[in-house]
Amino acid sequence: MMMASRRDVLAGLAAVALPRGSSPLTMGFLYNGPKNDLGYNQSHAEGRQALRSLSWVKTVEEASIPETVAAEESMRDMIFQDGASVIFATSFGYYDPFMVDMARENPRVQFFHCGGFYQEGKHPKNIGIYFGFIDEVEYLSGMLAGLSTRTNKIGFIAAKPIPQVLRNINSFTLGARSVNPRATTKVVFTGDWVLPVREAEASSALADQGIDVLTGHTGSPRVIVQMAERRGIFGCGYQFNQSSMAPHGFLTGAEWAWGTVYLRIAEMIYAGKSVMDGSIPRRLTGTLKDEFCRLSPFGPSVTQSSRNRLAAAKAAILNGSLEIYRGPMRDNEGRIAIPAGKVLKIEDVELDRMDWLVEGVVGKARG
Amino acid sequence: MTRAETVIVPLGAMLAGMIVFGAFCAALGVNPLLVYASIWKAGFGSWYSWQNTLVRASPLLLCGLCTAIPAGAGIIVIGNEGAVVVGGLGAIASGLATLSLPPFLSLTTMFLSAAVCGGLWIAFSVALQHYRGVSAVISGLLLNYLAIALMNQLIEGPLRDPSSLDNPASYPLTPDHRLSYFSGTHVHHGLTFGLVACVLAWFLVERTTFGFALKICGGNVRAARLSGLPVGRLVVIAGFLGGACAGVAGMVEVAAVHGRANESLNAGYGYVGILVAFLARQSAFGVVLISLLVGGLLASGGMLQRAHGLPDATIAVLQGILFLFILLSDTVYGRFKLPWAQSHEAKPDAAAA
Repeated sequence: MMMASRRDVLAGLAAVALPRGSSPLTMGFLYNGPKNDLGYNQSHAEGRQALRSLSWVKTVEEASIPETVAAEESMRDMIFQDGASVIFATSFGYYDPFMVDMARENPRVQFFHCGGFYQEGKHPKNIGIYFGFIDEVEYLSGMLAGLSTRTNKIGFIAAKPIPQVLRNINSFTLGARSVNPRATTKVVFTGDWVLPVREAEASSALADQGIDVLTGHTGSPRVIVQMAERRGIFGCGYQFNQSSMAPHGFLTGAEWAWGTVYLRIAEMIYAGKSVMDGSIPRRLTGTLKDEFCRLSPFGPSVTQSSRNRLAAAKAAILNGSLEIYRGPMRDNEGRIAIPAGKVLKIEDVELDRMDWLVEGVVGKARG
Repeated sequence: MTRAETVIVPLGAMLAGMIVFGAFCAALGVNPLLVYASIWKAGFGSWYSWQNTLVRASPLLLCGLCTAIPAGAGIIVIGNEGAVVVGGLGAIASGLATLSLPPFLSLTTMFLSAAVCGGLWIAFSVALQHYRGVSAVISGLLLNYLAIALMNQLIEGPLRDPSSLDNPASYPLTPDHRLSYFSGTHVHHGLTFGLVACVLAWFLVERTTFGFALKICGGNVRAARLSGLPVGRLVVIAGFLGGACAGVAGMVEVAAVHGRANESLNAGYGYVGILVAFLARQSAFGVVLISLLVGGLLASGGMLQRAHGLPDATIAVLQGILFLFILLSDTVYGRFKLPWAQSHEAKPDAAAA
């Protein structure tokens, strides 16, 4: 007991002393795909760039790391070869077993994982989870789709029917139907995160069916936005700002702002806080209000009246008067998904188990 | 082909490839010598980096054999990825079914069912070629997609652990039912499987009548038939053995690395295995050497990004260049007269004439 507590004190002292010493605080970043994918990975790589404003932080990064032992080896290299004392693993599959094992092996290093579920007692104490809730931004983006469509048909190309994706399809559709009740969203699942050819084929097929706004949730919907432009219809982005892909038809999009998170964690560590002793929250989550995510800049075809309506809706979300998941709400098979009088807050864990598609979505959440 | 050539030509090809890659690095504004120093340091320079290399080499050993063994019988197998995936699925299904058994029995069951699943997968593709005239290259490639679709169906369906919400995965194995690591290292016993398989494959192909018969099939099918060899059975068995190796690679991913099956089964080891087998000129010992080389290159990929700011595709570029040069070098054999090999060559030539 004595030994353990003395060791804890020493570890605590080291954690305080390290960043204030002459050597910089080294933070390692792992990305699953290329840093210039105009999508999820680039959103994290751009978030890392925000740390350049802090002179006492040094960052190292590796891209295109598969969710295999390669992830474990990369973390280990960053710790032993570059002296990283903080690791940010940005892809879902890095968590178990790779980050859990590495955290156990290196109890002095702080590990932060984007998304995932920490299990008290089972997972080491030096792991923190950070994630953003982007439903509200999808809702706003969907509103613009609903205001812009002429055919009242919206297309949504998604990777997999997992809760994260279903939330985005539903919030986007709710936004569209809040301003245009006749709008429907047709969903196509491609089966995987990065399948540009299949995404392009699906985009084209949806355009043939008279859909005039396309969006998606894949690793990077750049191809979807690009195809929308090519077919002369509107496109909404996701993950990262994809306006460069569609100079004419780009409406807006829901994008991540991880820089907020990285700056906040870096500053907490600099102030001597750690996830081990609980002074950095175990789960650091945020929403539109916390600036974990934002709306992409509007494209040229977005009218002033549409901008005003979005600004009003955004203000209502920020002051809490507009809540997206408010009952009664039916799924697209007619069942009650959220009973009348019930409101699910955006951070409610029940939403993390979502397995239904809301009324107005054409498609199936299950096989 | 002389003995000297078999050493000089591949080495020369690699040197030429390294010079071209060096030019590529220089074009990106990085000193190629420093890049090679980093590759050496991160892949081979210390016991620490060797562990990284060995971890990455172990699936490649097994996946390389998947192409190398049937190649001896003249069949080009590129369905390795599919065999890895179905092997992993067989392993997790039998592993979850035997959780109540003692760990050794459960692991043995996983091993066998992975080998059988992977083996049948490739044997099917080879049999299609032999009996129905469907190229094993085409069927193997298409079967890869089938295997991946099957995996997604099982992992997102019947095998799915409902608690794996945003990262669909099967139920996990219990910790004592996992394949262990060499103590004090981060290298798992998949390496043992790989090395043993390479030795067995070498023995089978080079030292048994079965291996000799395979070589005859590979050399000249008509001659093999005329001498009464059961060609169909031989090539299908060779396909089965190759596929079994890849299947075991899938089992190692499940039992040693992940402890469950998820979409990372389809991490591309099978495709790198094809590269390994071709670079190794389809020899089992060559597979060991090339797996270590490619494993070391993969291990150094991170260092190139972190220390030199090179793009993440750099190592893939180096692999591609080396692959190209070694394949091209196949056309060089016998074109250059090596002074010290002359007397050696002359006699068999004279005898043939």
